[in-house]
Amino acid sequence: MLASKLILKCLERENVEFVFGYPGGALLPLYEALRTSPIKHILVRNEQAGPHYASGYARESGRVGVCMATSGPGATNLVTGIATAYLDSIPIVAITGQVNRDLIGTDAFQEADITGATAPFTKHSYLVKDAADIPRIIREAFYIASTGRPGPVLIDIPRDVQLENLKTGLTYDKVDILGYKPNLNGHSGQVKRAIKKIKEAKKPVIYAGGGVLLGHAEKELMTFAEKNDMPVITSLMGIGAFPEDHPLYSGIVGSHGFEFSNFVMNDADLIINIGARMSDRGTSKLTSFEENTDFIHIDIDPAEIGKNMETTIPIVGDAKTVLNELLAKDTSGDHSKWLDEIKKIKQEHPLVYDADPPCSEMINPKVMFRSMSEMTSDDSTLVADVGLNQIWSALYYRIIRERKFFTSGGLGTMGYSIPAACGVCFATLDHPKQVFAVCGDGSFQMSMGELGVIAEHQLNVKIILITNTKLGMVRQLQCDVFGKGHYSGTDLNFDIDFMKLAEAYGIKGYKVDKNEDFNKVLPEAIKHQGPVLIQCQVHPDFIRI
Amino acid sequence: MEKKTCLSLLVENNFGVLSRISGLFARRGYNIDSLTVGTTENAKFSRITITVTGDEQILTQIKKQLNKLIDVITVIELKPEESITRELVFIKVKADDTNRNQIVEISNMFRGNIVDVARESLIVEITGTRDKIDAFFNMVEPYGILEFIRSGDTGLQRGAKVLSF
Ligand SMILES: Cc1ncc(C[n+]2csc(CCOP(=O)(O)OP(=O)(O)O)c2C)c(N)n1
Ligand SMILES: [Mg+2]
Repeated sequence: MLASKLILKCLERENVEFVFGYPGGALLPLYEALRTSPIKHILVRNEQAGPHYASGYARESGRVGVCMATSGPGATNLVTGIATAYLDSIPIVAITGQVNRDLIGTDAFQEADITGATAPFTKHSYLVKDAADIPRIIREAFYIASTGRPGPVLIDIPRDVQLENLKTGLTYDKVDILGYKPNLNGHSGQVKRAIKKIKEAKKPVIYAGGGVLLGHAEKELMTFAEKNDMPVITSLMGIGAFPEDHPLYSGIVGSHGFEFSNFVMNDADLIINIGARMSDRGTSKLTSFEENTDFIHIDIDPAEIGKNMETTIPIVGDAKTVLNELLAKDTSGDHSKWLDEIKKIKQEHPLVYDADPPCSEMINPKVMFRSMSEMTSDDSTLVADVGLNQIWSALYYRIIRERKFFTSGGLGTMGYSIPAACGVCFATLDHPKQVFAVCGDGSFQMSMGELGVIAEHQLNVKIILITNTKLGMVRQLQCDVFGKGHYSGTDLNFDIDFMKLAEAYGIKGYKVDKNEDFNKVLPEAIKHQGPVLIQCQVHPDFIRI
Repeated sequence: MEKKTCLSLLVENNFGVLSRISGLFARRGYNIDSLTVGTTENAKFSRITITVTGDEQILTQIKKQLNKLIDVITVIELKPEESITRELVFIKVKADDTNRNQIVEISNMFRGNIVDVARESLIVEITGTRDKIDAFFNMVEPYGILEFIRSGDTGLQRGAKVLSF
């Protein structure tokens, strides 16, 4: 069998439906084999978007997303997207073409050391030097990407390897990697200690991170919180781990979280961290709590424990398994006083929706996301980009029931939302659902080319484009750090006619600058089968979150 | 409190494994004092000895991060009381007819070998623990050290225990 064919057979065995790719010389053999493969190739419009498609696909489906690019510039275009997936622990496999083996190291045409370039932010990578290794490498790559703490894996395949003829087929089956044995169960001694601490706690808080979603432990989290009457706070990546309309829900922490949530965390005497990595953004508003707070840190990655914060009780293990171990024991206590206290903290730090003129004369994005929550389905997915638009949607769009919220939390990569939302659409082609991409006028323009894919495949994505004619969040920082008026390089001066742009792609467009109009347009847009762009005009000075 | 620690790694002999390890140290801002690599009884594996300096938290992180690398099979700390570590050094010392014998005598005391002799210099090969080598340096320093190379620590656990998986 031709190695290129074998590669696709291996991908089929991993149940790959879609490959988000872009061709080039070093991938010619693989693309020739793709022509007759059942795997569907989606031609993205820039390789930079490829890993984001794969990421959205993976987050929606719980499967590994696959992207592909040719050698050299194609491969280097993947770099940001791979790093984005790495920091959010999203399972993707990136396949790159490479120059012929005998040319490696000669600075050949379109040669780039992509395994070297991506080493800091891939979970693992392979350079295939012998076609006979293909079945093993592809099996391992998918296994590594999707198990333990998930993450991106890159496979670099020289062009001449793709053209090798092999006698053997799919020989390799069972994965056995000596240096990779992810630990799933919690350490029983530590679990015992944790149970004791939980029983003793007067003011416990559950801090849920992206690990709860990655470990599919939402149900266990709910049972555990309800059984123990414990408030649940999430990180930005943990949004969706616990429904917002639940009485125990206590908001989002972090520099861009809710004020009251940060206060609640500060007051806690026990924090049970489940799959959050205590990043600088997540904890910058937490000041006093280290000395008098106990920490139980549950994480599948041992290196996360104790990395950013001292831990009282470390439990290495999968969120679901460890929660089940905790659920097996009685840990309940009476926390009604603490819950009352939280109510009070909430009242003392209410959410502020009001805006003054001139900001109030255009769309109030906070109110907009609140009302949007009333109109979308219970199982919709919202992908937020980066910037003020991201924070507004994270804080004010309500994630309840089966709703999902995705964003680039760790790397904060602008341009994520549109390709990732497309990935969500591809993952749900056979059971279409409401998919929203929220982006700013800056971030939209970073991935605008992908409108071509949206139009070509008539993806049912609704783009909520928030135009404030500024790189809003950076402008906000300039104002906060250097003072009002100290704006530099944050004007998006040219007034783009986004409606004409939508029209050029045959995409339905709406432009609104009043909340009432948004409320009228959104249901129409949702009803419309196919892509819609809603431009929501927000005043440039609306910079509060 | 900062301390020096010696780590012993068993790794798969895959392409790029050394750059993954050194890259990890560089990118996380850990300092490598020394690093040695060599073959093992099994051609598929290599053994790496790394000495690092850092406080407890950093050393723990280093071990955990190394363990996360797929090519790294095992990481252990070579504790002084449970292991032997040695360093190989070549030292080129200024030497002429007036003092050559003195240097040879010092070298003998340290069980060193003279591996090169020239009219104005000689090279001593010496193996030992870091302390012994430091002491030797101290002794030959007055004659003038022209250049030297230290291999960095390499070592094994004492007893029948082996690094396995
Ligand atoms: C690729 C990338 N470049 C730069 C930044 C820095 N940055 C963060 S937010 C932001 C502004 C985003 O502007 P826009 O998309 O219009 O969103 P807004 O804040 O106005 O809602 C910038 C430039 C980033 N996060 N990612
Ligand atoms: Mg903007």
